[in-house]
Amino acid sequence: MKSAFMKTGMRLALMAPLVLCGRLSNARAQVTPQRLLDSAKEPQNWLMYSGDYAGRRFSALDQINASNAAMLVPKWAYQTMAGGKFETTPLVVDGILYGTGQDNRAFALDARAGRPIWQYQRALAADIRPCCGRVNRGMAILGDKVFLGTLDAHVLALDAKTGSVVWDATAVDYRKGYSITLAPLVIKNLVLVGVSGGEYGIRGFIDAYHAATGERKWRFYTIPGPGEPGHDSWEGDSWKIGGAPAWITGTYDLATNTTFWTTGNPSPSNRGEGRSGDNLYSDSLLALDPDTGKLKWYFQFSKHDEHDYDATQVPVMVDQGDRHLILQANRNGFFYVIDRTNGKLEFANPFAKVTWSDSKDTSGVPIARKDASPTLEGNRVCPGAAGATNWMSPAYDPQTQLFYVTAREQCDVFSTAPQPYEAGHAYYGSAYFPNDDAVPFTGALRAIDPNTGKLKWEWRHPSPTWSGVLSTAGGLVFTGDAEGNFIALEAASGKALWHFQCGASVYSSPMSFAIDGKQYVAVAVGSTLFTFGLP
Amino acid sequence: MHSAKNPRLPDPLKQPPVWAATCFTCTLLLMMGLFTASLKAQDKNPFSADPKAAKLGESQFRANCAFCHGLGARGGGRGPDLTRARKRRGNSDADLFRTINEGVPGTAMPQNGATQQGVGMTEEEIWQVISYIRSVERKADATAIGNAAHGKEIFNGTAGCSTCHMIQGKGGRIGPDLSATGATRSTDYIVESLRSPSRRLAQGISEAMKEFSQEYETVKVETADGQKFMGVVLNEDHFTFQMMDTREQIHLFEKDKLRSFEKSRESLMPVYDQKTLSDKDLQDVVAYLLAVGAQ
Repeated sequence: MKSAFMKTGMRLALMAPLVLCGRLSNARAQVTPQRLLDSAKEPQNWLMYSGDYAGRRFSALDQINASNAAMLVPKWAYQTMAGGKFETTPLVVDGILYGTGQDNRAFALDARAGRPIWQYQRALAADIRPCCGRVNRGMAILGDKVFLGTLDAHVLALDAKTGSVVWDATAVDYRKGYSITLAPLVIKNLVLVGVSGGEYGIRGFIDAYHAATGERKWRFYTIPGPGEPGHDSWEGDSWKIGGAPAWITGTYDLATNTTFWTTGNPSPSNRGEGRSGDNLYSDSLLALDPDTGKLKWYFQFSKHDEHDYDATQVPVMVDQGDRHLILQANRNGFFYVIDRTNGKLEFANPFAKVTWSDSKDTSGVPIARKDASPTLEGNRVCPGAAGATNWMSPAYDPQTQLFYVTAREQCDVFSTAPQPYEAGHAYYGSAYFPNDDAVPFTGALRAIDPNTGKLKWEWRHPSPTWSGVLSTAGGLVFTGDAEGNFIALEAASGKALWHFQCGASVYSSPMSFAIDGKQYVAVAVGSTLFTFGLP
Repeated sequence: MHSAKNPRLPDPLKQPPVWAATCFTCTLLLMMGLFTASLKAQDKNPFSADPKAAKLGESQFRANCAFCHGLGARGGGRGPDLTRARKRRGNSDADLFRTINEGVPGTAMPQNGATQQGVGMTEEEIWQVISYIRSVERKADATAIGNAAHGKEIFNGTAGCSTCHMIQGKGGRIGPDLSATGATRSTDYIVESLRSPSRRLAQGISEAMKEFSQEYETVKVETADGQKFMGVVLNEDHFTFQMMDTREQIHLFEKDKLRSFEKSRESLMPVYDQKTLSDKDLQDVVAYLLAVGAQ
């Protein structure tokens, strides 16, 4: 422990010049592409949605650690005063925190005190109908701008100093059921976003915009058009309304200049009739060239999915010796380890209860049971429609070399509800029910050894949660639960060290930052952004 | 899709009222003469004569409503049987539209689109659902088979229901208040609750934004100083729980400070089998609950 303190002392001393005087320095406000690549060099900042390009959601700060976590106290709170799920992961850059709230709110705060510098809210049309809440998960930053996707499917650049709109790019007509809820990803001078709308029969895509102007550089349709490879994985015209949204932020590998994105369910989500075939590239991992949007390779997790098993979980990059991997605990209940240089599966192991698959193909990819399809009367399948996990972020800790993921143990009875496609209208083809006979649904934070896919430890939740996970160099993992607790666990063992009752279910992924030599951990809960630190 | 999409939960943290904004837009459009008939303004289902509407409504119903009201709208453990001729919140088309669109405050019936799960319905889709409900509802409710007056005597007397359950302010508190149960639960559910109370535990408190409600689980504890309590869980998180004991005292405990903590899904409610409650008496108790619910 002593060495950890010394290490902290040194790191904080290095940070000190940034925050010597009382005012927040603008000298370093410019976030360059190089700074984003070198995010590990400035652990006091949180420069992108997952903390780094690898998607690890790991903070190298260790002032808060296993020896003192029990002393954590609330430091400040910021309230959006909005209803609905508060899903943001804020950014912190040189003492300023940038967050988003419900209904496309955005705000910049003095991260020392939580006091607002600017606040923004988009005037949204009355007829937007985003699925699953009027949510947003955060912003990206480059230069003097922050970037935000909107519920009416625009991409905005805001002036980081004032919050005023610098450019406003229309990605697509929201009336067809599109929205943007993810935090954009900046690579070089491009702003990458993907769309939500898998409930409406959209045709998903990933876009890149010039950060300076908002001009679109490229678009990659997640469903191949006529003449493109994979197009024949769709029946008839079903590709036009086949879904495959991309609603979680990707990751980026400088070594191969590849950006990794994941896609969601084919539409309609629970009815495969009318879209026979594998339905590429729904429920897939995509390796794209960030300069052109060209596909390098793909890996499909759930072929011809009929259970709403979006693969929209952050694809986490981990290196083990000369193995360059993507780790993903998928909504379908399997933990996948994939070679990120070529998209080949190394192995897939269940990390939660799975009944939709009981076999694998010759390359080890789990395949669906024929009798797992939804029926008119209903068919009980695990995981349920909300998945064994979902959009909430996992974390990877390079110190423990463990992968931490929120697991949901919930099975549902999947029933079809045939419905015609109508632009902008819900297009599920489905209904589902919890089975009332079973034991109550539970959840757990699971620590998985990526070498074997085996469970190292778990922290049981009384009911399934939507909280993501943060790991820190202090030997801690932070997560939340549906009962409102924000919890610090020992990363090596899963032992609880501290908790705080925030008063509402947690629907966000936590992060950490430091300012004035003090480390904070932040999490959005209810309508409040809480920060915690040492007394 | 982002998450589960059925309307699982009431959401006390209401979204900004999409409907109000839509209505405002409608009014504007009306004023501008661009819109001839706002669906909201109608008291009658515009699709009542369209046989296709009920079919479309069935799909909407399955996707949005059946989670609580059951496939076929016959009710379940969460929502009323909608095939009953008489609806608690009003029978007219306009009443049904309002109930679906605005929800019922203080109950599990959420405002349209406010569940945080799923998409919600357009006005047209709501009318289609109403068409579907009309297609499955009975013309008139059969007179309750049982004798409600006798059911009341059994409830308060030999069966001892009122020891634990309250009706209209009288009775015990350890079980759920049954004043509205006749209106909000199907007859099948009530019968099941009496004959096999542990099969589906009744739901207790629903917390803001929490996906799953607390259930009436049985709990036994022994404190560090040796006191023993048995009762039902009122709420629980990983670290603490609140319970009501059989003497209707409320306790809050930190789990790790207890000598023992034992939870069970075996309901505290006794099983009322044929010996303790004949089929006829059971019908009478159900008739009493239905009668109270109808008030």
